[in-house]
Amino acid sequence: MAGSAWRSMLTQVVGGAIRRPALSSFSRGMQTVTLIPGDGIGPEISTAVMKIFEAAKAPIRWEERNVMAIKGPGGRWMIPPDAKESMDRSKIGLKGPLKTPIAAGHPSMNLLLRKTFDLYANVRPCVSIEGYKTPYTDVDLVTIRENTEGEYSGIEHVIVDGVVQSIKLITEEASRRIAEYAFEYARNNQRNSVTAIHKANIMRMSDGLFLRKCREVAENYKDIKFTEMYLDTVCLNMVQDPTQFDVLVMPNLYGDILSDLCAGLIGGLGVTPSGNIGANGVAIFESVHGTAPDIAGLDFANPTALLLSAVMMLRHMGLHDCGNKIQTACFDTIKDKKVLTKDLGGNSKCSEFTAEICRRIQDLD
Amino acid sequence: MAAYGAVLSVSKIIHPFWGGRLGNTVKVFGTTLTSRRNKTLLTRENIPPPAKYGGRHTVTLIPGDGIGPELLSHVREVFRFSCVPVDFEVVHVNSALETEDDINNAITAIRRNGVALKGNIETKHTMSPSVKSRNNLLRTSLDLYANVMHCQSLPGVQTRHKNIDIMIIRENTEGEYSNLEHESVSGVVESLKIITRNNSLRVADYAFRLAREKGRRRVTAVHKANIMKLGDGLFLQCCREVASGYPDITFDSMIVDNTTMQLVSKPQQFDVMVMPNLYGNVVSNVCAGLVGGPGLVPGANYGHVYAVFETATRNTGKSIADKNIANPTAMLLASCMMLDHLKLYDYASLIRNAVLTTMNETRLHTADIGGQGTTSEVVQSIMRIIQSKGQLTSEL
Repeated sequence: MAGSAWRSMLTQVVGGAIRRPALSSFSRGMQTVTLIPGDGIGPEISTAVMKIFEAAKAPIRWEERNVMAIKGPGGRWMIPPDAKESMDRSKIGLKGPLKTPIAAGHPSMNLLLRKTFDLYANVRPCVSIEGYKTPYTDVDLVTIRENTEGEYSGIEHVIVDGVVQSIKLITEEASRRIAEYAFEYARNNQRNSVTAIHKANIMRMSDGLFLRKCREVAENYKDIKFTEMYLDTVCLNMVQDPTQFDVLVMPNLYGDILSDLCAGLIGGLGVTPSGNIGANGVAIFESVHGTAPDIAGLDFANPTALLLSAVMMLRHMGLHDCGNKIQTACFDTIKDKKVLTKDLGGNSKCSEFTAEICRRIQDLD
Repeated sequence: MAAYGAVLSVSKIIHPFWGGRLGNTVKVFGTTLTSRRNKTLLTRENIPPPAKYGGRHTVTLIPGDGIGPELLSHVREVFRFSCVPVDFEVVHVNSALETEDDINNAITAIRRNGVALKGNIETKHTMSPSVKSRNNLLRTSLDLYANVMHCQSLPGVQTRHKNIDIMIIRENTEGEYSNLEHESVSGVVESLKIITRNNSLRVADYAFRLAREKGRRRVTAVHKANIMKLGDGLFLQCCREVASGYPDITFDSMIVDNTTMQLVSKPQQFDVMVMPNLYGNVVSNVCAGLVGGPGLVPGANYGHVYAVFETATRNTGKSIADKNIANPTAMLLASCMMLDHLKLYDYASLIRNAVLTTMNETRLHTADIGGQGTTSEVVQSIMRIIQSKGQLTSEL
């Protein structure tokens, strides 16, 4: 009696365990990705990326969702429940640019997404694009920025009239988490060194804590070289010789400034990929440029940033071959200089650029 | 002025006996007298710093750590060679000590002389958090509220960007450098960033006055007010208020991450920039890197009463100390800025021209800008040029 009940319970548990992953991400070998087209040029570049992925025969099934903020129960702003549910199921997201209307009453959408999924690490690999000339060549570094606390905690007070205080929060937990992610990333992507960036000579306790945690985590990753550098020294050296840097890990504000600085080195936000990694295996990859409402719908947009973010996503999912194929096609198109969008210096339309990349992918096969 | 000097000399006699007490009286006297100086300064009648003892100025010299001592000794060498009427009062600050006596002596010396030339004092962040940065203590005690840096492309130096000419004015006393940190719960540290209306107004005012004086067309405020709405919002508001009083100068603002991106792609678009403390640190280092490195740009810290001159990027340069490879340009140009402040314009231009000629025409460069010269070779070259141009020099 007890034996059969135990056996049936066991089969139920085991069956459920086997059944669950099949429902969530693996259906006919395809992985589901939540796609958030965004506003402005978002929809057209998302379409471009979907077309390119189709040409590359990537095993991705797209689920389009809208993340316009709505007021949930209790008056708190939140993202629509179907979007949240889709993300929780698929765990991977690709996001286009979202606009934050001023005085809309709701906080920035990016902030909302970050809070909802606890996206604690912002990763931006900056690699010089051959064919898009900037004064800096041979840039190959990755900035990993703590995304939840630091100077952007949003805690500010007016102490007396004319004196304002902003609080910068550094916690042991968040610092340890980001340091661990940085070293894991370095290991998984065959990078040689990790540099922690700080200003502990001025902010002794806060950046001191961040540094201490980085040092502790470095002990467990002896195969990767760990160095520390002051923020100002990094800025100084970055603009003179960016090749000396590999993986950089830092708190929120420094990360914001430095990741944009590095994006500027390779050509701007229009060609820079970006990924946000969260707890529980969630990851959202996005393009960090604006919505460009002035060229929306006119087929002038450049899908490179979103495409490179999508390639980052493929690598994150372990589909390296597919990712490399698409990246090679994209870089070759830019290197060739025949079919380029306006911001890259050419005269073609977005659809032509996309078609050219699709053609190259099919040639590569 | 005489009364001030008299009070000081009286205090020097009585101080050892009465310890701190009379010292406080002097401070009170000192502040009332200096506030009189303040008032006339604010009405834009600049009183020249006191020249004592037969027309020679006394300037406090703080060697600091790393390459500071050797570069400052070169400065003294050049000054002696050019017969500059400046005497240096050397005050050493030991960064390894935990007590603040050293830095307080230095601050008193600067209060006495009014002007200082310094190297960077190292801050070992492995010491306890109660040991504050000595450089920061100096800046806040002397209320040196504006850090001014002028980044100019030099024709003799190879850089990726050309024709850069940016003046950066950075708030020097508050912001993120307020040294107010506490651990409220174990594992959670809070650091306070303070922005005040008074300090923001006065640095913005300094920026616009300087822009007008130098004939500049545009002032850009750098901020992050989209995230730090109250703090940087206040700074931006103060800048706008001051800007309304200068209709001939265009005022605009830019978010700091966009600023750094623009600086590495198109730095020629910037003219004068004004910003709070931390962004100033980042932007000034980026600009210094753009024009050729930390060895080329001088910086100045101005307050209402005191002025301290140093290199713009404030590096200790521990790794290149005592190797005779450091670039003396930044420190020499900083000393020229000091001479300008002391109104010794002829000497300032003499030395500055010699430095720039060595840089641009003779092209004798140190290792940091891609050359092979040593520090002493560069300094010798500068002195040779001074000898050929100047009227009165001592033996080489």
